[in-house]
Amino acid sequence: MKVVSARTLEQALEALATATPATRLLAGGTDLMVELQTGRAQPDLVVEIGGVSELRAIRETEQGLVLGAACTCSDLIASSLAARFGDILVSAARDVGAVQIQNRATLGGNLGTASPAADLTPALLALGATLQLRSHGASRELPLSEFFTGYRQTARRPDELIAGVVLPPRPPNELRAFRKVGTRRAQSISKLVLALAVSHEQGRVLRARVAAGSVADRSIRMTHLERALEAGATGDERSAAIAHSVAHDASPQDDVRSSAQYRSAVLGRVLTRMLAGLPES
Amino acid sequence: MKGPLQDAAPIELTLRVNGTAHTLQVPPLRRLLDVLRDELSLTGSKEGCGEGECGACTVLVDGEPVLACLIAACQVQDAEILTIEGAGLESIQQAFLDEGGAQCGICTPGMIVMTKAWIERCRRDDVEPTELGARTALAGNQCRCTGYGAIIAAALRAAAPGDGSS
Repeated sequence: MKVVSARTLEQALEALATATPATRLLAGGTDLMVELQTGRAQPDLVVEIGGVSELRAIRETEQGLVLGAACTCSDLIASSLAARFGDILVSAARDVGAVQIQNRATLGGNLGTASPAADLTPALLALGATLQLRSHGASRELPLSEFFTGYRQTARRPDELIAGVVLPPRPPNELRAFRKVGTRRAQSISKLVLALAVSHEQGRVLRARVAAGSVADRSIRMTHLERALEAGATGDERSAAIAHSVAHDASPQDDVRSSAQYRSAVLGRVLTRMLAGLPES
Repeated sequence: MKGPLQDAAPIELTLRVNGTAHTLQVPPLRRLLDVLRDELSLTGSKEGCGEGECGACTVLVDGEPVLACLIAACQVQDAEILTIEGAGLESIQQAFLDEGGAQCGICTPGMIVMTKAWIERCRRDDVEPTELGARTALAGNQCRCTGYGAIIAAALRAAAPGDGSS
């Protein structure tokens, strides 16, 4: 096994040019170090990118807010720009692990590991985030909603890294909410994560993004509910849409942290409570 | 030790631990915890879980609390590390003694280092040290013996104004 400690983005991309599916990126290490310790990861090459300062910037552009993929949860919590563009992302960052983990765990790592229980991902899906993927001599952008392809599987090629995440500007009237349900406040892996961003005008929903984690093989958008909200569902119609979406968009399993039945019941209840914050027409 | 953590060609690692400079030859993914305990014989930092759940291996890297079991040697190049053996922790240790905030002792080094980080954070941000603040700061440090009452009391005692720690 070879380890390359990159100090610049260019060094990292050069090292990744020869990457294979077994190659791993090391940023905060909160996932990978455990996988290495237990032998679950057997990489041929590890490219260490935690010290690449270009990947840790937070800046406002015409596109919106660009968050470097090596930003830690603590970076997000401390950033007034992150709070302005992505308040629910900051809420999610506060619910990751505890302070020691927040100081190391990165935005790009949370996305790249692609755990279905990831805390940050549902918030980013609700915010309509776009990923910036870089490889040696090339770059592309991909909506986050197209990034996850299966259980811990993503559209990232082995020679690519997640360089940044773009959050679009916040619309004038947008209901936003985030909720993580775990066994305790700190250091828990989620039973359920839910985030939504619903923009509205004079009681009419303009665009709805509803996302959930720990209820399928990957973080998901609840598209049935999004469409119903955009079509103007209120009252009983909205309750029916929530139930339909829980039944058809989510596919929770029984596992060591929770049961499918609990997850479905709580998913519906938290959605109902969050959407009660929408003004009536 | 075996496996990928020890598996790559060694690097020259330069770092300062508790004010003393060290230069070592270590595999790049060797855990900081193993560097401290096995290479430098600083066995105060404990391995509780080895997977980032328990906080027993909490150390300060460049002033920030992190878990030494989740950091690779190549990530602390030129860093300044503070462990339980370092200076400036005496008054916090005394507060833990006074309040009986320790039993078996495995979690205690992490608790004390995390308390130091919390007190410094309160001072830096000019925030009043509160019980809620202490509980939040220490939420990633688990104790399986005493319960947390005496530990939180010790943290608050150490944070009391005029105490002179740090």
